[in-house]
Amino acid sequence: MSNAANTSPGAALAHDSALKHTTGEAVYIDDIPLPADTLHLAVGGADTAVGTITAVALDAVRAAPGVIDVFCAADIPGENDVSPSGRGDEPLLASGEIRFDGEPVFAVVAASHRAARAAAALGQVTVRPAEPVLTVDDALSQNRFISDEQVMARGDWREAMQAAPHTTTGTLYCGGQDHFYLEGQISLAVPQEDGDMLVYCSTQHPSEIQQHLAKVLNQPAHAITVEVRRMGGGFGGKESQACQWAALAAVAASRNRKAVKCRLDRDDDMRLTGKRHDFRIDWQVGHDDQGQILSVDCNLASRCGCALDLSDPVNDRAMFHVDNAYYFPAVNIRSQRTFTNTVSNTAFRGFGGPQGMLAGERIIEGIARAIGLDPLTVRKRNFYGGADRNITPYFMQIDDFVLDEIVEELEQSSHYWARRGAIREANAADPLMVRGLALTPVKFGISFTATWFNQAGALLHIYRDGSVHLNHGGTEMGQGLFVKIAQVVSHALALPVDSIKVSATRTDKVPNTSATAASSGADLNAMAALNAANTLKRRLISFAAHHFDVDAQSVQFANGTVIAGNQQMPFAEVVELAYLARVQLSATGFYRTPKIHYNRKKARGRPFYYFAYGAAVSEVIVDTLTGESRVTAVDILHDAGKSLNPAVDLGQVEGAFIQGMGWLTNEELWWDERGKIKTYAPSTYKIPTCSDRPAKMNIALWSGGGNREPTVHRSKAVGEPPLMLAISVHQALSDAVSSISGYRFVPELNAPATPEALLHAMVYERQRAAASIS
Amino acid sequence: MANARSEFRCLLGPKTIHRSSFDVHQTLLDFIRLEARLTGTKEGCAEGDCGACTVLVGKLHDGVLQYEPVNACIVPLASVDNTQILTVEHLADPEPHPVQQAMAHEHGSQCGFCTPGIVMSLAGLHDACAKGQAAADTDTINDVLAGNLCRCTGYGPIISAARSACTKPTPQAFLSLQAQAESTLLQWQDDGTYLDLHGSNGRFVVPKTLEDLWRARSEVPTAQLIAGSTDVGLWVNKSHARFEGVIDLGKIGALRSIEKDDETLRLGAGVTVAESIAPLSELAPDLGPLLHRFGSRQVRAQATVGGNIANGSPIGDLAPALIALDASVDLARPDGTRTIALESFFINYGKQDISPDEIVAGVNVPLKRHAHFHCWKISKRFDQDISAVCGAFGFAIENDTITSVRIAFGGMAATPRRARRCEQALVGQAVHDALLPSAGEALAQDFAPISDMRASASYRRLAAHGLLERCLRSLGGQALPQLFPTAQKLQAVTHE
Repeated sequence: MSNAANTSPGAALAHDSALKHTTGEAVYIDDIPLPADTLHLAVGGADTAVGTITAVALDAVRAAPGVIDVFCAADIPGENDVSPSGRGDEPLLASGEIRFDGEPVFAVVAASHRAARAAAALGQVTVRPAEPVLTVDDALSQNRFISDEQVMARGDWREAMQAAPHTTTGTLYCGGQDHFYLEGQISLAVPQEDGDMLVYCSTQHPSEIQQHLAKVLNQPAHAITVEVRRMGGGFGGKESQACQWAALAAVAASRNRKAVKCRLDRDDDMRLTGKRHDFRIDWQVGHDDQGQILSVDCNLASRCGCALDLSDPVNDRAMFHVDNAYYFPAVNIRSQRTFTNTVSNTAFRGFGGPQGMLAGERIIEGIARAIGLDPLTVRKRNFYGGADRNITPYFMQIDDFVLDEIVEELEQSSHYWARRGAIREANAADPLMVRGLALTPVKFGISFTATWFNQAGALLHIYRDGSVHLNHGGTEMGQGLFVKIAQVVSHALALPVDSIKVSATRTDKVPNTSATAASSGADLNAMAALNAANTLKRRLISFAAHHFDVDAQSVQFANGTVIAGNQQMPFAEVVELAYLARVQLSATGFYRTPKIHYNRKKARGRPFYYFAYGAAVSEVIVDTLTGESRVTAVDILHDAGKSLNPAVDLGQVEGAFIQGMGWLTNEELWWDERGKIKTYAPSTYKIPTCSDRPAKMNIALWSGGGNREPTVHRSKAVGEPPLMLAISVHQALSDAVSSISGYRFVPELNAPATPEALLHAMVYERQRAAASIS
Repeated sequence: MANARSEFRCLLGPKTIHRSSFDVHQTLLDFIRLEARLTGTKEGCAEGDCGACTVLVGKLHDGVLQYEPVNACIVPLASVDNTQILTVEHLADPEPHPVQQAMAHEHGSQCGFCTPGIVMSLAGLHDACAKGQAAADTDTINDVLAGNLCRCTGYGPIISAARSACTKPTPQAFLSLQAQAESTLLQWQDDGTYLDLHGSNGRFVVPKTLEDLWRARSEVPTAQLIAGSTDVGLWVNKSHARFEGVIDLGKIGALRSIEKDDETLRLGAGVTVAESIAPLSELAPDLGPLLHRFGSRQVRAQATVGGNIANGSPIGDLAPALIALDASVDLARPDGTRTIALESFFINYGKQDISPDEIVAGVNVPLKRHAHFHCWKISKRFDQDISAVCGAFGFAIENDTITSVRIAFGGMAATPRRARRCEQALVGQAVHDALLPSAGEALAQDFAPISDMRASASYRRLAAHGLLERCLRSLGGQALPQLFPTAQKLQAVTHE
């Protein structure tokens, strides 16, 4: 916490709220002192996954202790929709049809959180049930899609496949993931005069909440103000999914003219909000004897749930990442977006990228097993590189590829090949406990693929005492965005970081913002803040040049002072003089990412400003009797460009890795045959805990890191890319299982690799080994 | 017979709290957040699984104040009568505690929402280290934090913070707070009273003697019995359960005893799982690792041996092990106690051999019946998860022949149950023979498990067979590589 010394970009400062977190002083929405008579909202729904509502009986709800108000879809003053896709398929409250188990049908407003929840449980929604479509396979067999199929193709992939000396195929299922942010969804709506509404909401996307609430309340957007100081975790789960609860609170607040809080109980949160998409991946690869890819054909089918939500861009991003680090001379990637009677799936860190990349790495594994090469050898042989091997399946030219260097360095530092040999020997000596090893790379495209989202704004004030107040459009969910941006502004104005106050994100400070998502928070908002700081700096330079009677070129800012030729004055004094001279000390800043464009119809363009890179080596051990496994050692080398804050970035790398490891190992979502999710609480849904962290973890930011593009201080986005480093864990587990049949087959190991999945995969490999011997 | 006291009392940090009436369902967490307005303590799951609401509860043990971490979300307020509650705010007064400083300095928080709970768990560790009762090594830190989920950091910085904080001395302010609390709690202990709260909607009684218990039960026959409330707390939070009264068995001296003679270890029903670890693992070393995976520290501090049996769960971790150890259970009522074999206590799902006027009073575990004992639990996550399958194996072996065997499984049937066919296939056999084929086949006949979110029926069968194989290999003298429980000591095969 040496915030006093070097606070420039590149300094490893603590999170701006670190001490407030640890002392309990940091205020989350549930901690805000409530206005008198604040009411609390809970929702109730039907006990079925699909059907037509025939009756809604709410008398018992109304009569329950503490209940003040109960309302349904018909009572919503404006549009009954919060769909981010604009399709109108995400009602606040369902009427007519039920599309997933528990879908809210009515809202209860009561004197306390407990009273509202207890009352909600008394509602009776009668439904004429229909047969639910629950899985990707169900949906595919019944042709139920939520959106059009997309295809990304380059070259004559069919001919290349036919001509290939080898073709290898497979199918992989990968599960979804619950965000399990520690702070559940929460909003507090406080009515203002003129019918205005102030909403405190735990969201990554305050502007979208504002827009939707305006429509729901039938008010202009200027009547709605959304504020978020911090979230207790987001991970994509508070991008579109926060809106329904904010809107319900706002409707209730408007109806009752009282503040209303809607805080979802954990069970409701996990039943009623979207998750990472699960996928069925069918792949075929044509390759030569050396493992060089000639053609790839890959079908990605995902479970989108009952509404479109963000499924189109999520699935697009899956398609963008099947290639990962590898050049496909000819390729066909097809994406099918299935409709199911489950809660609508949504954004989750990586946004489809992890699922696409998992497919790409499974393809590499397939080649390696088919021709008996180590998967790492196959990986390196297929890396992008050279003038004729640098075009992605979407026709973007790769010109910042650094994985050759990163992987070589990691190969050395992790002693990959020595460990590979030792593991082969260990597995031969002890077939009861099998070990596995894998090195996988990550290449992740940075920018929103919807080009218009790549814009940001900031608002900067300098007060007469020289202190600086900053607002920007990004939201703080723990990722250290605020401290990074404060470092950038402090550097620009040559002030200590403590003199920059970054306060809550509000729609009335910076309008029309994009979600803090797609790893873009610092790239976009720090640039906007920097532009605002530079505007004010120019004004002060111009003033100082005039005041001190020197050339503008000889005015400099250093160590909290302004130097004008041979004169020097504290920043605050210059500011006061500027104020007296009527210089405007407030400025906005704006930034839009250059160079990017994409034609979605043609699947062609430059959707990404640049790529973030990294690589990881994971080692695992698996008990062949029970399928239990451990990750024993992990080595990571990650490219954060010129890191704005290495402490924050290392925290993102480690946290994302463990989260990705959870996705691929313990975290299993499970629905019963009626479409009821049974893993809706931490008792049944198991995110990694402390002892799951590998005993050995060597994590480093790549010292060669930079950015060819002029991003803020040449840094790179770091929120999502390292999550995909955890694919090395799944590949290592697969490697261990593959040892059972002599590394000749790709195991039928899906994700998550629970003890059950591993044991079943090992049983199958044993049968396969026996069959191939006899 | 002690005197009843109608007023609830506790210390909240330095402050004495008195309440003469409140909702008997009120949780400690709601009291802390909504009434005392100490909002540092968070609600993450309201079921005792995430640890965001962890607070320290100070109690007297032999006259000395000791702190235990508990999940405030599932503790009834009245149950913390006569204790001191410490929250993250108390640690920060007047200066941040070493744990709070280290967590900030080592980048141990990102979103910060789990952080107060983690700080409290680590403050408990810090206190234990300062008193020479623990060391902040990796295994201990993993154990201390197993009940505190963090979704942001990946835990590494938190582990570093734990290590560095535990080398720092306890702040003077914290020592004075403890000393003051100890003297208040001693005074309260000396007055010998027990809580009999006439709440706004029912009685909440925390008797200290069986006599007072029987009287309370006769006065409020429908009162819900609780001990640690780690299960009943969920009924309140999740199913909106309403009780006409509550009787907390956790402070009845007669149920809190651990007794051992030459033949039997007796654990009172009110002995916490945490307190049972030492005597049970002395009896059978495999029980130690199993019990360290029972819930989390927070849960083990609250949950009781009796509660784990009385709630009749098919997947409770103690039952299979105790059945394999041939334990019996004491069922007490005002006119006497009967003792039955534990395996016969479990009749069917949700049905136990206990009458409405009885309580589970204790379990008796024979000491030397089965010299060879193994038990293993399989779950999706290693720590703080519920068993998919839990297998326990007790063998008596003479001259390499199996003379007696008891095998019990959890997660394989509607109750914890013995694998009798498998036992029959093994008894009388020589340990070095190839026993697995016939014993495995018999085991397959013993159970027809179900598929649910924890595991499929086919996995349960395969894993149970795997545990049997592990056990037989071990009996046959094979040294088994240990994936668990000493996972942290497990070395990567070659890693510089």
